[in-house]
Amino acid sequence: IGEAVNDTEIDIKDKGVRPLSLAGHVGFDSLPDQLVNKSICQGFCFNILCIGETGIGKSTLMDTLFNTNFENFESSHFEPQVKLRAQTYDLQESNVRLRLTVVNTVGFGDQMNKQESYQPVVDYIDRQFESYLQEELKIKRSLHNYHDSRVHACLYFISPSGHSLKSLDLVTMKKLDSKVNIIPVIAKADTISKSELHKFKIKIMSELVSNGVQIYQFPLDDETVAKVNTTMNGHLPFAVVGSTEEVSVGNKMVKARQYPWGVVQVENENHCDFVKLREMLICVNMEDLREQTHTRHYELYRRCKLEEMGFKDTDPECKPVSLQQTYEAKRQEFLVELQKREDEMRQMFVQRVKEKEAELKEAERELQSRFEHLKRIHADEKATLEEKKRLLDEDQSSFSKRRAAAQLLQAQSLTANGKKDKDRKK
Amino acid sequence: MQKGKLTGLRATEKQYVGFATLPNQVHRKSVKKGFDFTLMVAGESGMGKSTLVNSLFLTDLYKDRKLLNAEERINQTVEIIKHTVDIEEKGVKLKLTIVDTPGFGDAVNNNECWKPITDYIDQQFEQYFRDESGLNRKNIQDNRVHCCLYFIPPFGHGLRPVDVEFMKALHEKVNIIPLIAKADCLTPNEIKKLKDRIREEIDKFGIKVYQFPECDSDEDEEFKQLDKELKECTPFAVIGSNTVVEARGQRVRGRLYPWGIVEGKFTNKFLCSVENQSHCDFVKLRNMLIRSHMHDLKDVTCDVHYENYRAQCIQEMTSKLAQDNRMESPIPILPLSTPDVDTEKLIKMKDEELKRMQEMLNKMQQQMHDKEQ
Repeated sequence: IGEAVNDTEIDIKDKGVRPLSLAGHVGFDSLPDQLVNKSICQGFCFNILCIGETGIGKSTLMDTLFNTNFENFESSHFEPQVKLRAQTYDLQESNVRLRLTVVNTVGFGDQMNKQESYQPVVDYIDRQFESYLQEELKIKRSLHNYHDSRVHACLYFISPSGHSLKSLDLVTMKKLDSKVNIIPVIAKADTISKSELHKFKIKIMSELVSNGVQIYQFPLDDETVAKVNTTMNGHLPFAVVGSTEEVSVGNKMVKARQYPWGVVQVENENHCDFVKLREMLICVNMEDLREQTHTRHYELYRRCKLEEMGFKDTDPECKPVSLQQTYEAKRQEFLVELQKREDEMRQMFVQRVKEKEAELKEAERELQSRFEHLKRIHADEKATLEEKKRLLDEDQSSFSKRRAAAQLLQAQSLTANGKKDKDRKK
Repeated sequence: MQKGKLTGLRATEKQYVGFATLPNQVHRKSVKKGFDFTLMVAGESGMGKSTLVNSLFLTDLYKDRKLLNAEERINQTVEIIKHTVDIEEKGVKLKLTIVDTPGFGDAVNNNECWKPITDYIDQQFEQYFRDESGLNRKNIQDNRVHCCLYFIPPFGHGLRPVDVEFMKALHEKVNIIPLIAKADCLTPNEIKKLKDRIREEIDKFGIKVYQFPECDSDEDEEFKQLDKELKECTPFAVIGSNTVVEARGQRVRGRLYPWGIVEGKFTNKFLCSVENQSHCDFVKLRNMLIRSHMHDLKDVTCDVHYENYRAQCIQEMTSKLAQDNRMESPIPILPLSTPDVDTEKLIKMKDEELKRMQEMLNKMQQQMHDKEQ
């Protein structure tokens, strides 16, 4: 592709990459810092999707995790369909700005027939991917300014029945595991005693494994965090308790729930796994979640979508084909198609015009013949009438002749009689 | 046991009749006869129904139970499982039947998931109706469901569509007692809010749950106060437990949690006791269900729900008969699922005998009539 711009040929001899030792301090060890500074200037963005039954504690847990009071609505149990509600907040901790979007399901698990309950969630996730894809495919694009709304983490709230997952949980997680990082949590965990919790966690994990559901595993490739991540992976799913109310314990005010038989402290690791969740989700692996979303889930979506549209990496002869070539080919195809359609339309138009013309001519002829016909009738009638008139005239004239003759006769006979009378009288 | 109270004229000492001993006689006979009670439990899997039943009757009914996986439950239909046990206390025998409804509300599509349950209740009514109308009524078995405990999950804000639909389908067939399950996940404030909400929604949707009967006006104040408290406490928020814990020198049925404050000091473990009235309403439920209102539940089932069913059945039959225009015997001939084969044969035999006798009678009458003429 492309020929050498200048005439001189450039002879590239690639000898492979070799390590080089430095004689002094160059300074490019500041590169990570430069990257970090840039990120801080830009600000970070994180999107969490919370899926769980109405009233299971999604909003409360978010409030507790981020130590704020998001606007929360108490949903009704009688929603006819599952909906999603997304709210975006700007948070700041020391000099780091975070644009956090919390998406909650509304009415999940309330319907009698829950076969389609997963669909609105899948659609939401796909829509965010689609937006990003569209931006990526634009000619004039601004990805660094783009507000990334793709879901980075999905907290799935499991109801603390103590036995196993619900059938709805299994069906939903299977539909989502290839689209988003799923982190299952056991909600309202203060209703389960320690021994029951252990059994419950084992049962849940075994059900997930036996049904092939891929949940998010904390990454083990980075040595600095591999150890803590491995331990945490063994505690999944986290049993959490959320509370925004504070109770005085000892001489401190802590976030807790007060029962007649005791106080459950949210941040006490003996009481629940809230601290573990916060550590894993926010402190240690937030960036990895974003990365996984982009490099795994988004790429899968993009590949599937482009394949659907007909793009391939190799053409029918198995030679590598660039996006541009494919695009050109598609464009040509499209133009040819357009031309064909235009021709077809034109033909159809011509055809129609001809038909209409023929129709009109036919109508005209018909009209003409009718006119002729009527004219003839008219002429006939006129002739008949003329004939009648002539006869009448003849009659009239003969009658008047006869009358005149009769009158003459009468007059003659009168004078003749008068003469006779005169003669006699003499 | 209360002594019989007489209102109106009291028999004077001189003219002592003696029917004041009637209550004693009733008591004696009932102990001899023994009692039976059928209790149905319904609710989603994992609500603690079995644990509560075990706690109520202080026994273990569910020794070899197998729970289904989530995958197996996706398309699960509702089953009806009966456990019948004979228990005895202070000479009083009780034949207790617990009707379980595993699978209710567990599938992904729960449309009409209560149908097997309403069918079961109707079947028992039908069987009783048949037995009651039959010729041999000596040993009628009463399998009618006297009470249904419905477990509402405490994790939501109130009733859910499946709860409303279930209760509406059953409230005219059985005494429904709604319960808030696993109440140990709610603080006292939250419990109060949820109870108010549920009571409101029960009214709003027109669900007829079991109402405690008004106590007699001549009961003492303490009893009336207790009764009032009981009524204001519904729906009961319950906790059940299969474990008995040693706590402060006592054996207590409860749940051990790793948090707690006892007298201002931290402890590592604290007990949520099932029988502690400030922890949950288990005691109220037990007292109501077993100690004071068990018989009333049976009476309401017999006098109200069964009678409704019977009247409806007869109406349907007579309208059908009018259509058919045939002379049929008044014995209902409805298809039974599992009739007792022996009594069935006996009844058939007796029927045929009756018919033969009727025919003979007719013949004789005819002969007499002919002779007279």
